[in-house]
Amino acid sequence: MSPIISVSHLSKVYGSGFRALNNINLDIRRGEIFALLGPNGAGKTTLISIICGIANPSEGSVAIDGHDIIKSYRAARSLIGLVPQELHTDSFETVWATVSFSRGLFGKPKNPAYVEKVLKDLSLWEKKDSKIITLSGGMKRRVMIAKALSHEPQILFLDEPTAGVDVELRKGMWEVVRTLRDAGVTIILTTHYIEEAEEMADRIGVINRGEIILVEDKAKLMDKLGKKQLKLHLAHKIDAVPPALAHYHLVLSEGGTELIYDYDTAGERTGITSLLGDLRNAGIRFSDLETSQSSLEDIFVSLVRAP
Amino acid sequence: MNYRAIRAIYLFEMARTWRTLLQSIVSPVVSTSLYFVVFGAAIGSRITEVEGVSYGTFIVPGLVMLSVLTQSIANASFGIYFPKFVGTIYEILSAPISYVEIIVGYVGAAASKSIILGLIILATAALFVPLHIKHPIWMLTFLVLTAVTFSLFGFIIGIWADGFEKLQMIPMLVVTPLTFLGGSFYSVNMLPSGWHTIALLNPVVYLISGFRWSFYEIADVGVGLSLGMTLGFLVICMAIVWWIFRTGYRLKH
Repeated sequence: MSPIISVSHLSKVYGSGFRALNNINLDIRRGEIFALLGPNGAGKTTLISIICGIANPSEGSVAIDGHDIIKSYRAARSLIGLVPQELHTDSFETVWATVSFSRGLFGKPKNPAYVEKVLKDLSLWEKKDSKIITLSGGMKRRVMIAKALSHEPQILFLDEPTAGVDVELRKGMWEVVRTLRDAGVTIILTTHYIEEAEEMADRIGVINRGEIILVEDKAKLMDKLGKKQLKLHLAHKIDAVPPALAHYHLVLSEGGTELIYDYDTAGERTGITSLLGDLRNAGIRFSDLETSQSSLEDIFVSLVRAP
Repeated sequence: MNYRAIRAIYLFEMARTWRTLLQSIVSPVVSTSLYFVVFGAAIGSRITEVEGVSYGTFIVPGLVMLSVLTQSIANASFGIYFPKFVGTIYEILSAPISYVEIIVGYVGAAASKSIILGLIILATAALFVPLHIKHPIWMLTFLVLTAVTFSLFGFIIGIWADGFEKLQMIPMLVVTPLTFLGGSFYSVNMLPSGWHTIALLNPVVYLISGFRWSFYEIADVGVGLSLGMTLGFLVICMAIVWWIFRTGYRLKH
């Protein structure tokens, strides 16, 4: 199946000479949730702005479902709904008016039933006649999502959708996103919260200093880079790891009361059983043990830090 | 053409007018009425006639133009500046609409407002002085042309402005003086010859003169010249707007 968004050789140089994007190539698959991760200033928002028509590209091209974003901007933009990072809303208009305005702006005929459904899905129906200025931050965020969905887009961009949103609401937002994906909408989200990408995304792209440094299925990424760690709290302090256990590459820490064993989840054999056996043979007893898996956050940090 | 988008922008802007009725309609009508009381009744009673019509009647076209000019600029500049200021411009830029459609929506709404306002002021004036319009079609033509031209001009100011101060600056420092010196309250023929020549450099003279001609067939300059200058200014504004959108000036990075 052809990609729904195809970015090729895209670069963006600002008037100041700052190169915000450098030769970006990226395909977004139809119907997926794609998470774009990157530190502040990496180029996430610039990339989205260009795709949505808010900024002009310096070089390269973007096609939305085969429509070039510049030559066929009408066809391209009709397919996209955008929820920007900042809370940019009208103030004195009602929720209903602002969402209906967005629908009109995108050239869609009136459809009160659809707008009603969008507002209900986002728990905004009771507020439909309220002025936007009277709403809380979380509600304003949802109003912006409602505006983006008002014209029945096939692609939804969510730029930092849960920044500054409380935990409860964030979970609610994830639910909305999943419902949309189930309805066939392709979703591209940028986020600072790694757990968000880990929780939601089908695929993950990492952008740093204007370049895409990695695009991978989330599961594969976790597999490929995921490491597990076994921590043993020792009953008695030891001074050194016995030579008989050298091949496990154990690390002694916490002043000799803790042994750390790194192993690969992808491997058939983790080596845990034999390690525990060898420990007993060496006369080392432990009082407790715990295992932990490296999170996407660790993976991300190691990628971005790499020179 | 994305007519629905034009309609959405137009209605959105018009809704703002009704919401701010006091500021958009009532306040200009009140201030114009004050002009009539002060200049028309109080001072005007000491002035017999200007070019064959009573002074109160003479100033009507100038006063209408004064309001239409300032309100067109104010409405259009605010209309496009505000989305830029609060950030909602993102939606306009990301929508499947052309620049022409954006202009028609914003400038159309701003011009509509000032045309309505101009007609209301005209009706108010009729309460104070006897009015007769010799060329109603030309009167409307000048009214519409001026409203559209200066709404475009306001649109340009709104795009150019990056703060509320700049938004106020051009109307306050340039347009108001030009309108007052453009013959709203007198015929430029009443000026001494040196000043008369200088006055003819003021584009507003041509607008007011043409507009006044359509009422009383009295004019400071030929009506053809008035029409030509108005159209000329319209073309200049359109060229600037075309350039703004072509380059994305202050709209797109």
